[in-house]
Amino acid sequence: MNWLLVALVSVTASLGDALQTLGMKLHGEIHDFRPSALKKVVLRLIRSWHLGLSLVLLAISFGAFLVLLSVADLSFAVPATALEYVSTTLLAQYLLGEKVNWRRWAGAGLVACGVLLLGL
Amino acid sequence: MPRLRWKTRLFATVVVVANVIGNFLLSVGLRRHPPESVSGWMHALASPWVFFGVSFLVVWLLFRLALLSWADLSWVVPVTASGYALTALMGKVFLGEHISATRWAGILLITLGALLVRTTAIRTTKSHATREVRR
Repeated sequence: MNWLLVALVSVTASLGDALQTLGMKLHGEIHDFRPSALKKVVLRLIRSWHLGLSLVLLAISFGAFLVLLSVADLSFAVPATALEYVSTTLLAQYLLGEKVNWRRWAGAGLVACGVLLLGL
Repeated sequence: MPRLRWKTRLFATVVVVANVIGNFLLSVGLRRHPPESVSGWMHALASPWVFFGVSFLVVWLLFRLALLSWADLSWVVPVTASGYALTALMGKVFLGEHISATRWAGILLITLGALLVRTTAIRTTKSHATREVRR
């Protein structure tokens, strides 16, 4: 049950993150942090489907995370959902076209091993 | 590796701290009010612990969104994940959780993974690269 929740939290979160990044990168870098400029940014982002769908996915992930926190230790629940690293790194390379070098892959691999240790 | 701008450092720090405190508050609230039924969910969501936990996570989400507009996702996620170890420490110190040697080893590996990725470039895609990939 705990691991099922961990998997649900991780997969929906990484899909949501990838869509969020796609949406923000299509928007472009934010340089101006004055309230009036931020208001324009928010109005533009509301119209982007990437952000909308990513928020739905992240909401599902958050709900599952809350259930996980109520049944598992904080020191298990939070590190275990680092499983998100592996799925996020895959999506970063294959969906977003980021160049994931060997260091990033090694980092994601170490995290995956760490999550496995939590389950022993 | 390009030098990190102060803006990037500031935003990354806020993202880590807000996430650790938010998760801790949620954990306390959900254990006091386990969401086992509809009324259980109502009690949990109405508790101040969960309210402030969610508030910290809203701060986390907003700062993270801004950070993502100029930094690669595969840089942002690992850097902010240094909070995993801090969260475990909060669980041990404030919630009295027993953390076995194996669990610490797992958390250590997760942190090492995060540090390894921290040394890579902050952005590898050009401004319109994602657009080109989607065509």
